[in-house]
Amino acid sequence: MIDFIDRQLIEVLQDGLANVSRPYALIGQQLNLSEDEVIVRLSQLKQIGLIKRLGVIVNHRKLGYRANAMVVFDVPDTLVKKIAGHVSQFSFVNICYLRPSRGEQWPYNLYCMIHGKNREKVLQQLEHLTASCGLSSVKHEVLFSRKCFKQRGAIYKADSESGKVLSNG
Amino acid sequence: MDEIDRKIINHLQGGSPVCESPYQVVATELGLTEAVLIERLKGLLEAGILSRFGPMYHAEQMGGELTLAAVKAPQDRFKQVAEMINALPEVAHNYARNHELNMWFVIATNKSERLSEVIQSIEEKTALPVYNMPKIKEYFVDLKLEA
Repeated sequence: MIDFIDRQLIEVLQDGLANVSRPYALIGQQLNLSEDEVIVRLSQLKQIGLIKRLGVIVNHRKLGYRANAMVVFDVPDTLVKKIAGHVSQFSFVNICYLRPSRGEQWPYNLYCMIHGKNREKVLQQLEHLTASCGLSSVKHEVLFSRKCFKQRGAIYKADSESGKVLSNG
Repeated sequence: MDEIDRKIINHLQGGSPVCESPYQVVATELGLTEAVLIERLKGLLEAGILSRFGPMYHAEQMGGELTLAAVKAPQDRFKQVAEMINALPEVAHNYARNHELNMWFVIATNKSERLSEVIQSIEEKTALPVYNMPKIKEYFVDLKLEA
């Protein structure tokens, strides 16, 4: 499993990679490690899936993706897997998750996110999706986001005592 | 933002290699020089078009807990409820949505037991029931958005 040095790397890296020619050498200097060791350790963290990827995270609103729709369906448990597989094939679907329904107040269990540039387009895509997946008669709702109050990733801290990576502010 | 910026954004949403000179490798793939790529990235970060160039961590593998939750915030104290919820460091995102359940937020904690404490604290502060909808299964995730 990961050790304290890995956890330090995770903490140092979270704010982003420096925009310099040898960014991993710079991290090594901060943590008193060689560039090689940083690269080897980070490659391992990627391999075990703890780092999903090292790339850019875009501000979707600034890229013009202002219509952010969370579409929720009330799908029978026995059909969830099949429908989710079908829904996930559509290129405009960014996320497809199963979550617990909450009684009559909130009967929905299958969540899809569609990020689009405008609502009309997203609603057209959704219509296409529901028709193609046989979901037109399945109870569903579209929740567009109106305002983003807060957006940031989780914050990780290396904590030597608990041996855990903390994710709190 | 021009074609080069778009090309950089689209390419780097897929990730970058972990090696001595990652910018050089990516620049070569894009037909740019390393210096130009670095300059462009700085500009995109400063403009806020990119929020970060860094890692996407696997929250659950980090030993933490992540959930999506929602409340029905009354219109007359909508802003106050948003402030109360956002004040908690464990709240990562918070969006207003057009539904009776009108405030949707992600809670990320370091330990699983902390999650119920955070939810309880939100319920006490806002006097609203929190609908907790943790992920049961992830069928698909691809957050790449074409620039």
